[in-house]
Amino acid sequence: MKYFDEYRDAAIAEKILANIRATSKREMRLMEVCGTHTVAIFRSGIRGILPENISLLSGPGCPVCVTSNEDIDKALYIARQKDVILTTFGDMIKVPGSNSSLEKERARGADIRVVYSALDALDIARRHPQRRVVLLGIGFETTSPTIASTILSADKERIENFFVLVSHKLIPPAMKVLLDAEDVGIDAFLCPGHVSAIIGSRPYKFIPRDYGVPCVIAGFEPLDILQSIFMAVQQIERKEREGLKPDRAEIEYRRAVRPEGNTTALKTLYEVFEVCDVRWRGLGMVLQSGLRLRERYRQFDAEAVFDVKVSPSGEPKGCLCGEILRGAKLPTDCKLFGTRCTPEEPVGPCMVSSEGTCAAYFKYGG
Amino acid sequence: MFTLLNTLLCVNCCLAIPGKIVSIDDNIARVDVAGVIRTASLQLVDDARIGDYALLHAGFAIQLLDEEEALETLKLMEESTHYLAFMGVYG
Repeated sequence: MKYFDEYRDAAIAEKILANIRATSKREMRLMEVCGTHTVAIFRSGIRGILPENISLLSGPGCPVCVTSNEDIDKALYIARQKDVILTTFGDMIKVPGSNSSLEKERARGADIRVVYSALDALDIARRHPQRRVVLLGIGFETTSPTIASTILSADKERIENFFVLVSHKLIPPAMKVLLDAEDVGIDAFLCPGHVSAIIGSRPYKFIPRDYGVPCVIAGFEPLDILQSIFMAVQQIERKEREGLKPDRAEIEYRRAVRPEGNTTALKTLYEVFEVCDVRWRGLGMVLQSGLRLRERYRQFDAEAVFDVKVSPSGEPKGCLCGEILRGAKLPTDCKLFGTRCTPEEPVGPCMVSSEGTCAAYFKYGG
Repeated sequence: MFTLLNTLLCVNCCLAIPGKIVSIDDNIARVDVAGVIRTASLQLVDDARIGDYALLHAGFAIQLLDEEEALETLKLMEESTHYLAFMGVYG
């Protein structure tokens, strides 16, 4: 398959690995921000073949994992309303809120449907004009433009029974929180390739510029990841040996990521949404890291329309998802991991999501 | 195939898959992804043409893939060892 198979060549992988071994002279901690990278790294076996001086940390780039209990409780509140069809992307179905989940509510009779695309949710709204259709809007910059585009379509067609419970977040502000935290030493970031296809490389510029930390925007095939690690290693070595500080994010994933990103998608996104402060599970309040609907499109805001009221809620007892999302602890540090918390009976979201760090460790072995 | 299945289940995250545009009608493309035809909205990309490769995510094309850059990246990866010898890093 083109743009796929070529980036899995074992012989080239060996070469890049040899380069990594030859170039990296010191202990280094690389954080792969994105849950998709965590899984790709496990599946490709890269974790096991890197030299011992290179550690890979998983970051908070799993949108399901960083959704707060409150946001899930809001979705559950809406799902319980009589005429509502709640639509959601698949991975949210099992995530536990304070005392239930979408899956449990569905079993109790709520009309909850998994959709692949926001457009499917809009289509459900068209076909059921007597029902109120709410889409649970979760995802980073890869996904939020698709919701924005769907809202523009709904607005154009004057569809009045379609709403979005907005819970979208932005990646670069979360990376700043990790850097400011200082308790997790990060020597370089592998940046999420598809978020970056949308936002480009410029939003990461503050990281090398203000913190001196290299960033490489990485694709998802084995060769992409290895090449990105090699690029990060080179930047770290150049910084340490020659004092050459990085001044911008490097793009490994150049077939999909341009420095300016996808300007049409960004225009669509910010036509519909504006930036606001939101709470992340594990990171707490992160300034300017979330999205909310602009005034012009507030008629689509499920939270306002349904007058949602939920009580504040903390983490499940013993759950280390918060620290794991920041890279401060590993899943194996958590007492619940593999005992009380498994993919079949998850306690926290890191185990539920197929891209969650705990789910990845459980499946592939840390 | 795992990646394709995963795309169906987990859309929130970064998963996007490349495919070849085989037809376009009213800003909706039919895209060949490893032999399976998926439809994708072209609202988020400009100047998509039949024969272009697009990254699909959640029912949309989120970017068009650049063939030149793809070939350049592969070339860079293949020449990996040459780079190191040139930089005198060995030994």
